[in-house]
Amino acid sequence: MTNPLYQKHIVSISDLSRDEVELIIATAAKLKSQPAPDLLKGKVIASCFFEASTRTRLSFETAVLRLGGSLVGFDDAGNTSLAKKGETLADSVQVISSYTDAFIMRHPQEGAARLASEFSSVPVINGGDGANQHPTQTLLDLYTIHESQGTLDGLKVALVGDLKYGRTVHSLAQALSKFDCEFYLVAPSALAMPDYIVEELEAKGVVLHQSDDLEAVIPECDIIYMTRVQKERFDQTEYMHVASKFVLNAAMLSSAKPSMKVLHPLPRVDEIDVDVDQTPHAYYFQQAENGVYAREALLALVLNPEFE
Amino acid sequence: MSEKLQVEAIQQGTVIDHIPAGQGIRILKRLHLESDGKRITVGLNLPSKNFGLKDIIKVEGRMFTEDEAHQLALFAPDGTINVIDDYEVVNKFTMKLPEALEGVFDCPNSNCISLNEPVKSFFYVSSREDKVVGGTQVKMRCKYCEKSFNKELVTS
Repeated sequence: MTNPLYQKHIVSISDLSRDEVELIIATAAKLKSQPAPDLLKGKVIASCFFEASTRTRLSFETAVLRLGGSLVGFDDAGNTSLAKKGETLADSVQVISSYTDAFIMRHPQEGAARLASEFSSVPVINGGDGANQHPTQTLLDLYTIHESQGTLDGLKVALVGDLKYGRTVHSLAQALSKFDCEFYLVAPSALAMPDYIVEELEAKGVVLHQSDDLEAVIPECDIIYMTRVQKERFDQTEYMHVASKFVLNAAMLSSAKPSMKVLHPLPRVDEIDVDVDQTPHAYYFQQAENGVYAREALLALVLNPEFE
Repeated sequence: MSEKLQVEAIQQGTVIDHIPAGQGIRILKRLHLESDGKRITVGLNLPSKNFGLKDIIKVEGRMFTEDEAHQLALFAPDGTINVIDDYEVVNKFTMKLPEALEGVFDCPNSNCISLNEPVKSFFYVSSREDKVVGGTQVKMRCKYCEKSFNKELVTS
């Protein structure tokens, strides 16, 4: 039977059903334990990064190479026909997709991946479009939560830091709302989760707790998902005050459940003290590594009809 | 002034009635009703029993479809559309919000890709009760950037 993701564009996490998310997670786990070096043999994958990226690009490209595929593309749009000759993205996508079997892209403008999916003859995989979507980050987060807790259902998850501007936490909350999770939203009031997302979650019946006291919620949680509070959003004194309240250190974790894991999309600056790295709760480097397996799973499913 | 004098009968075409005063010109511009050369009569600030003042648009020689009629709901939620043939009303639509709207308004997000690529704008339209202010709030979500906007921001 053809798997449901075969030849599908992966533009937004909301395009994926619960069953499809579970299939990607199961496939990532399988590829982590049983490497499949020939799965993309003979396939050429476009990796087009119209803006800079380190982790996302390298983990996508590692995933392609680990599955035996080949890559073409660029990591800086400055030297392409778009920048040099004023070609539209629509035309670029039509041409590049005619050369390749899949089109991985990151672009600084919101909606670029959806537009590309309308002009591409092969599946488009969104590696981030401006402040909008970054579905493979969400998939690797879900896979990591599942790997560390054995389930995605019924978990208590704290989302901490910049919940206003962080697309990562928006997408993660929306995705986890399909799995009966309870959320603790821990943020300074200036960086609280936007109302439209809170309303969307509440409309789905999700239980939400808003807090600005990180230490108080730690004993309740199965997952603490930390994000960076960006300095440029505050004046210096305010930043010092705000940032100090949303820094996690090892001493604060003494009251945590033994199975609780701390995640972070990285890069971290100082919101997780390095002394947390030595605790059994630190899981953010495994999370980053899982980015390769989650992306391998996506490529495997999108490009192989029978693969499950 | 009698209703009859305000809305002179047309042989064939469409009469858009009960448009909120001030919206008539915007409807003409946004939907490019004048572009196909049909004769159009516009009445502005006409007295209305229910609305105080209203605008009215008559397009001769063009019969609106139901989809076209529903596009007007964003401007004139209480409007009525009468499709006329041989001086008789052959079809009457009451306003219903369209599920989607293509190519009429630009996306308000200045970083949305739809603004600088060869595609038409596209919004999914939905309405919900506004718990804070009360009444119904119409939201428009851009297909491309996925951002959701209040109707007023998109249509202004």
